[in-house]
Amino acid sequence: MKKNFWVIITGIVIGIAALVLVAFGNPGNMGFCIACFLRDIAGASKLHSAGVVQYLRPEIIGLVLGAFIVAIAKKEFKPRGGSSPTIRFILGMVVMVGSLMFLGCPLRMLIRIGGGDLNAVIGLVGFIVGIGVGIFALKKGFSLKRTYAQSKLEGAALPIALLVMFILVLIVPSLFAFSTEGPGAKHAPMIISIIAGLVVGGFAQRSRFCTVGGLRDVIMFRDMHLLWGAIAIVVTVLVGNAILGNLHFSFAGQPVAHTDGLWNFLGMALVGWGSVLLGGCPLRQLILAGEGNSDSVIIVFGLITGAAFCHNFSLASSAAGPTLNGQIAVICGFVIVAIVSLFNLAKEGN
Amino acid sequence: MNTIDARGKACPEPVLLTMKAIKAEPAGIAVLVDNPCAVENISRFAENHGYGIIIEQDGEQTKLTLNKK
Repeated sequence: MKKNFWVIITGIVIGIAALVLVAFGNPGNMGFCIACFLRDIAGASKLHSAGVVQYLRPEIIGLVLGAFIVAIAKKEFKPRGGSSPTIRFILGMVVMVGSLMFLGCPLRMLIRIGGGDLNAVIGLVGFIVGIGVGIFALKKGFSLKRTYAQSKLEGAALPIALLVMFILVLIVPSLFAFSTEGPGAKHAPMIISIIAGLVVGGFAQRSRFCTVGGLRDVIMFRDMHLLWGAIAIVVTVLVGNAILGNLHFSFAGQPVAHTDGLWNFLGMALVGWGSVLLGGCPLRQLILAGEGNSDSVIIVFGLITGAAFCHNFSLASSAAGPTLNGQIAVICGFVIVAIVSLFNLAKEGN
Repeated sequence: MNTIDARGKACPEPVLLTMKAIKAEPAGIAVLVDNPCAVENISRFAENHGYGIIIEQDGEQTKLTLNKK
């Protein structure tokens, strides 16, 4: 159990931070959602014009900066990149399409389960199936090829850009778009959001926590290590919500969720498959980006661009359910991950 | 002893390469990696599968030697 200490603590910290953020104003079961928050940042930056999902979520900035600071302190800030950047960008977009079909990244899926949202359990089943397909590709030798050392500035560019963005929103907020209704209008005070992001970013950097990695390692290597973090999140949020009176087991009436089981399943299956190919979930990509990994920065840009596309082309679901455009996009997403999987398998004897 | 070059590979590729190499050569292998995450993951893999591990840092890269206990 000693070797699992940090990852379990990270799960508990994420769970508590999620409960605190909702208590202070974030949308229900959305203490953290990397997909939703990147989508809100895309909206705040006017990359899309969906008025209900525009807010410069400080949690994201905090996560990257928290990982950046701790990585430097622990001498783990190692700028590297150059591994299939275009494919990573496109897979980032695809993962966002799947996430916004389901209405949440894998982290929010766990938080939704902890709030009693049974649609997220269907999502989890899809997620596991998607991870299984991705593992099949990995076992056949799938690789996006190696990374190379990069300059310090390359590694620090995203953390610095996000810090500048945070300073700008503090001193000239009128530059950005802010929702006045809908999920984008629900948020904790900036100071609480940035602190929560910084703390979770630091813990996640130390523990290497990853929602995809947890299930992947159990299936591939019979290694429970990372999965303990995910279990800790669900247990912490379940207990916290029970204490706060926010635990309601149901399919219908859950906050920022829809009840279309098939598309919840398919959305998260796409996220699972795509994330295995990328080597980690959206949260893990933010943490790696903070450690100077420009491959992950490219994925984050893909996620943000994907979110803008989702709202510009009506691909994102809403509480009313999925859209036809979104369903077509998810099917296209499966075609893309299948092609990427096939074309990056190891040659015989490799 | 066979040496696997897993430098520049992102998780979980170094562990996967280690697993494949161990299957071919169960007595033991050496693996070269260049990130702390890979060192931790391969160390855990070795521990879970009954292998002793020697870790040698050499500048930017780390050599992990796995020997069957």
